[in-house]
Amino acid sequence: MELGVYSFGDTQRNPDGSLRSTAEAIRNLFDGIVRADEVGLDYFGVGEHHTFEMPASSPGSLIAAAAAATTQITLGSSVSVLSTDDPVRVFQQFSTADAISGGRVEITAGRGSSTESFPLFGYELANYDQLYEEKLDLLLNINANERVTWSGAVRPALHDMAVVPRPASGSLPIWVGTGGSAPSSVRAGRLGMPVVYGIIGGVPAQFAPLAELYRRTAAQAGHSGPSIKVGVAALGMIAPTKEEAKDRWYPGWRRTFESLGAVRGWRAPTRTQFDALSEAPGAYYVGGPDDIAERIAELHDHLGHSRHFLQMDLGGLPQEHFLESITLLGTEVKPRVERLLAKK
Amino acid sequence: MTTLGILGAGRVGTSVARAALKAGYTVNIAASGAAEDIALLTEVMTPGATAMTAADAVASADLVVVAVPLHKYRSVDPNLLSGKVVIDAMNYWAPIDGTQDDFEATDLTSSETIADHLAGARLVKSLNHIGYHELEEHGRPSGDPNRRALAVASDDDDAAALVMELIDRLGYDAVMAGPLVAGAAFQPGTNIFGGELTAPELLDELARHRERHLANAEFQRTA
Ligand SMILES: NC(=O)c1ccc[n+]([C@@H]2O[C@H](COP(=O)([O-])OP(=O)(O)OC[C@H]3O[C@@H](n4cnc5c(N)ncnc54)[C@H](OP(=O)(O)O)[C@@H]3O)[C@@H](O)[C@H]2O)c1
Repeated sequence: MELGVYSFGDTQRNPDGSLRSTAEAIRNLFDGIVRADEVGLDYFGVGEHHTFEMPASSPGSLIAAAAAATTQITLGSSVSVLSTDDPVRVFQQFSTADAISGGRVEITAGRGSSTESFPLFGYELANYDQLYEEKLDLLLNINANERVTWSGAVRPALHDMAVVPRPASGSLPIWVGTGGSAPSSVRAGRLGMPVVYGIIGGVPAQFAPLAELYRRTAAQAGHSGPSIKVGVAALGMIAPTKEEAKDRWYPGWRRTFESLGAVRGWRAPTRTQFDALSEAPGAYYVGGPDDIAERIAELHDHLGHSRHFLQMDLGGLPQEHFLESITLLGTEVKPRVERLLAKK
Repeated sequence: MTTLGILGAGRVGTSVARAALKAGYTVNIAASGAAEDIALLTEVMTPGATAMTAADAVASADLVVVAVPLHKYRSVDPNLLSGKVVIDAMNYWAPIDGTQDDFEATDLTSSETIADHLAGARLVKSLNHIGYHELEEHGRPSGDPNRRALAVASDDDDAAALVMELIDRLGYDAVMAGPLVAGAAFQPGTNIFGGELTAPELLDELARHRERHLANAEFQRTA
């Protein structure tokens, strides 16, 4: 089981609650990736996001920098909002970082968690389906072919064009990132691509039928082998004890879901909801090393997933708590998960 | 036994299907294409339901649920649904799905726009203000004091009555909000949409929404 972290960037707060600088947030994120590499984590994902609170707008640049500063960790986007970007450019940025890293770079294409990139780059959210489908098709085409011929409605056609540099191992792993609907699981399976489920609420074990649908669709379409696999991106944070973890994580969680709720018309979140979601079988992996290791291993019984990674830094989580959480995931949770899975 | 035809095999369609199967309904489910395209999906996600084309799923149904992405509503064929009792479970939720001219450049509620498109259908707005993952979890037996309530709005009382029976069998108190236009009280952005309410709470919110609406109308008349 690969363990890791993902982040949209998390701008720190002043004591009065106001935001500190977005440049600091990017630097903090970079430091988090380096720490994750040092403590032996398997994966770090940078999620494209375009707000002052979460400013990791350019995963490709951050991953290129991190590629040079790390030695073993796999680096990827979680996710790249492919619909509002140019697949040629996305591929070039990630294959460049891949060259620097010696073949440790991946892409996850998905819808993403926010919609700011649509007005920012001049796209209509209502065209989402067509943009995503065509651009994913082009990205896969580029990944498979050194010279690319492609035409579609969302971008000028390409005729026998070179797209370089080529990835160190021939191609980049490209995952589909989804919130988990049945049709999107079917699509990922038909394409034979690895799938990562973003599980941010509800009961994670209930994703089991989706994972089964994905695997059976892939098998039916004749896809097998190492690219048929499931990852889980979830929310959570680790501290020495469960109580510390919850107390450290709650303020930022509350702030984040309050502002999301204001936009989406949800009620203000409560501590009761938070506490419920923080206990098995809830969606939040917030706790001490024993608790989190057991819950990850338990979810594995349901999903058979091969990668589990957490968004920890939410709503101005103090950087020292972010770094400590990353460290504990690598040094304490990872060996426990390995032991638990070996017993099964 | 009542047969439910569900258009849409996504998040909402599959959870309505499972909840209805549990409540003893016969369920036909369709997506945009051929029945084979969703055969495996149906077997894994909604065991007991039958995968069909949209035309077949509707033809044999006493009650139809439309749960397709709102921006694709024009791809639902009005001829199929003519004369049918149809639940519109869709929402216009711009912050999540983007703005759409059909729903932005009008004072109509989203369901009235759907009713215009599905002329001939006996349209009922409901099932839209409960999260898809909640539908299978929040249901409780009738009489439970904490039973959650779901609102219903329709210009057709008999159609509304059929839908209210479905809602009760799914484990919720059904509350009649009024004609289709009253669905404004439980669209995205309202307290009903954002909350989990019992029947008395829901009735309170509906009354409050009506008062605000009347005050607004009064203000516009005098201003
Ligand atoms: N998220 C919630 O909790 C919630 C709650 C209540 C209501 N809603 C509303 O419910 C609606 C559906 O949302 P969702 O999340 O379930 O969507 P979704 O997961 O994207 O699924 C959409 C489904 O509709 C199908 N479809 C598209 N056009 C069709 C047509 N003409 N006839 C039959 N099926 C068609 C698609 O099939 P193909 O794959 O073949 O295209 C797919 O199976 C939205 O309007 C949403 O606002 C959402």
